[in-house]
Amino acid sequence: MIGLAPSPIGLLAVAIPDLATFVVAAAVVLASAIGVVISRNPVHSALFLVATLFGVAVLFVEQQAEFLAAVQIIVYAGAIVVLFLFVIMLLGVDRPEKISKDPLPAQRPLAAFLGLAVVAEVLALANTHWSTGAKGTAGPPGGPASNVSDLARATFTTYLLPFEITSALLVIAVIGAVVLARPPRPGEHHAEDDEQAPTEGRSLGEQPGVVEPRQEASR
Amino acid sequence: MAVIAGALAIPHISYISILPELIAMGAPMVMLLWSATTRSGGPGRWTAFTVVASVAAFLASVEIWVKVGTHPYTAVAGAILVDRFSAFLSGIFAVAMGLFALLAHDWAVREDESGPELPALGMLSASGAMLMAAAGDLVVVFLGLEIMSIALYVMAAMNRRRLASGEAALKYFVLGAFSSAIFLYGIALTYGATGTTNIARIASYLASNVVVSNGVLLAGMAMLIVGLGFKVAAVPFHTWSPDVYQGSPSPVTAFMSAVAKAAGFAALVRVLMEAMGTLRLDWQPAIYVLAVLSLVVGGILTVVQRDVKRMLAYSSISHAGFVLAALQSASAAGRSALAYYVAAYTLMIIGSFAVAGHVGGPGDRSQDLSSYRGLSSRHPAVGFAFTILLLGQAGAPFTTGFLAKFYVVSAAVGNGSYTLAVVAMLSAVVTAFFYLRIVLGLYGSEEPSTPEGPPGVLEPQPALVGSVGEPQASHGAEERGSVVVPEVLVAASATQVIEVSEVGAGTSVVLALCAAATVVLGVWPSPLLDLAKAATIIF
Repeated sequence: MIGLAPSPIGLLAVAIPDLATFVVAAAVVLASAIGVVISRNPVHSALFLVATLFGVAVLFVEQQAEFLAAVQIIVYAGAIVVLFLFVIMLLGVDRPEKISKDPLPAQRPLAAFLGLAVVAEVLALANTHWSTGAKGTAGPPGGPASNVSDLARATFTTYLLPFEITSALLVIAVIGAVVLARPPRPGEHHAEDDEQAPTEGRSLGEQPGVVEPRQEASR
Repeated sequence: MAVIAGALAIPHISYISILPELIAMGAPMVMLLWSATTRSGGPGRWTAFTVVASVAAFLASVEIWVKVGTHPYTAVAGAILVDRFSAFLSGIFAVAMGLFALLAHDWAVREDESGPELPALGMLSASGAMLMAAAGDLVVVFLGLEIMSIALYVMAAMNRRRLASGEAALKYFVLGAFSSAIFLYGIALTYGATGTTNIARIASYLASNVVVSNGVLLAGMAMLIVGLGFKVAAVPFHTWSPDVYQGSPSPVTAFMSAVAKAAGFAALVRVLMEAMGTLRLDWQPAIYVLAVLSLVVGGILTVVQRDVKRMLAYSSISHAGFVLAALQSASAAGRSALAYYVAAYTLMIIGSFAVAGHVGGPGDRSQDLSSYRGLSSRHPAVGFAFTILLLGQAGAPFTTGFLAKFYVVSAAVGNGSYTLAVVAMLSAVVTAFFYLRIVLGLYGSEEPSTPEGPPGVLEPQPALVGSVGEPQASHGAEERGSVVVPEVLVAASATQVIEVSEVGAGTSVVLALCAAATVVLGVWPSPLLDLAKAATIIF
C-alpha cells in the first residue's frame, strides 16, 4: 500500500547494491520455493522452506522493514518450520509418500488458476494508486526513526494496554492446556463410558441423552 | 539508525478506570496460586472466592458509574473508554460471573470436579467481556474478544465424561477462530481506510473527512459486523449455537449465552454507534436484515425443538434479533433499550439454564422436553421460578422481559422501522408459544407414557426438522430408554439419581435471585430502567 517513493539520495547511487541484493535474494527465494515443491523428501522440503523465508527476510530488510524481517525469521523460520518438522518426524520420515495419485483431482487446475489470478491482481494493483486514509502511527519507511523503534514506542505507549492484556491470553492457554490434557484420575470414568462410541456415526447435534433412564423411572 | 528521540512517554494508567477488569483478571491468578499450595478441600472455597471477587468487581463498576457521572473520559492512552455504558455492562458481567460461580459449584459437586479451573476461566472470560464493553480501540475489542472466547472454548470442553462436550468445544473453537480471523481482517481494512484503530480517532476522522472511494472502509465494516454477529449468534451466523449450547455443561451454557452475547452487543455499540456513527446509513440496513432473520429463524426453529437446551439456544437467537433491532435504530433510545434488554436477558437466561442444569442430571443427559414434565410437583419452587423466567422471556407483563421488548419495539418505531417492529412482535408471539409449552409441561402429569405438549405441536416437526438438518433422535426416546442402556450406566445413574433430585444450594440461590429480579424489576421498573437510560456512551 505504501508507494515506492524514489530514494532521496538519488536513484543511481542506491540502485546497484540494491539491485544486486534484490537479484540474489529473489533468486534464493525462487530457487528454494521450487525446491519446496519438487523435493521428494518432506524434510528437504521443510529445509527449502527455511531458505525461502530467509530470502524473503532479506527482501524485507531491503524495503527497510526490519521488524518484519526479524519476525519472519523468528516466527516463520524459527517456530513454524520447526513445527512442520515435528509433524513430519512424528508421522514417520522414512515412509515414502505416494504422490502419483492425486487425492483431490481438482486442486492442480485450481492452484494454477488462483496463482494466475493473484499475479493479475498484483499487476493491477501495482499500476493503481490506492488512496487510503490518514498515515499510520509507525510512519513511512525511511522516516526519522527505524520502524523497529517506532513499533517499540507504539507498543509501550499507544498500545500499552493491548500489549499487557495479551498476557491474559497466555494464562488462558496454559490453563486450557492443563485442563484438557490432564490424564483422568484413577477411578474416573473417561469419555469411553459415554453412551455411544464416536465411531458409531453419531452426528454433532444428536441428543446424547436419549438412552438414559429418566429420573422418574427410578422414583 | 535507531535513534531514540527523547524518552518514552509512558501513558498514565488510571487503575480505578480498569478496576473491574483488574479484579476479574487478578482473582483467577490468586486462586490458581492458592490451589497450587493447598491439596485438600472441595470446590466450595473456589466458589466463595469467585463470588467475593464478583462482588468486588460489581462494586468497582458501581464506583466507576458514580465517579464518571456524565463526564466520560478515555484512559490508558485512549485504549479504554470510561463511561456509564461500560460501567453498566461491567456490572452485568460481574453479576453473571458470580451467578456462574454458584451454578458451577453445583455442577462441580455433581461431577466430582474439585479444581479451580472452571471458575478461574469464567472470571478470565468475564474480564475479556468487560474489556470489549470498555474498549476504546479496535485492538482492545479484538483482544477482549479473544480472551473471552478462548476461555469459553476451554470451558465448553470441561465435561470430560461426555463426548458432546468435546464436540461442542471443537465446533465452537473452529468456527470461533474463523470468525475472529474475519473480525481481525475487518480491523485491518478499517485501519487501512482511516489510518487508526482508535475508536475516537476513527469517529473524528470519518466526521471530518469524506472517503470518496470507500470500498475498503465498507468491507472492513462488514467484516467487523460478521465477526461480532457470530459472537451474538445472529442469523445467518448462528449455526454453531444450538450444538454448542447443548453440548456444553449447563453452567457454561448459561454463562456463554449471557456474557458472550452481551459483550458482542457492547462491542457492536462501540464499533457501529461510536466509531462509525457517521456511516449509520451504511450499516443500518445490514443490522436490519440480521435482526429480521434472527427474529424469524430463531422464532420458528424454537418451536420445533424437543431438547430444552436447544430450544433455549434458538430462543436466545430470537432475543439477539430483538437487541439488534434496538441497535438498528441508532438512537439514544435504542441504546438504552439495548442496555436494558441485555441486563434483563442476562438474568433470565442464566436462571433458565440453571434449571436445565438441575434437570439434566449427571452429564446433562436428560434435556428432552419429557424430562421437564411434572417438575413442579417434584420441586414446586423450581417449577415456579422456571415459570417466571420463561414467562419473562416470553414478554409477559409485570416482568422485565415485557419492558425490554416494549422499549425495543418503541425504539424501532421511533426510528420509523415499522416493519421491523411488527416482525419483532410476531416473533415474540411465536416464541411465547414455545415458552408456554414448557410451562404446561411443568405443571402436567409426570407419567412417562403421556405424549408431550399439545397434539398439534409436533406435526410439522419431521418435515421442518429434516429440512434444517436437525437431529431426530429424540423420537421414541422413551421406548428405547429401558432397552439399550448399558449396565454400567444403569448402575451409575441409579446411584446418582437420589443425589441429583436435590436442588443444589448454588442453583437455588441463582434461581431465587434471577426470578425475583425478573418480577420485582418488572413490577417496579424505575431503578433498572433509569440506569439503562443513564448508560450513555462517550460520544
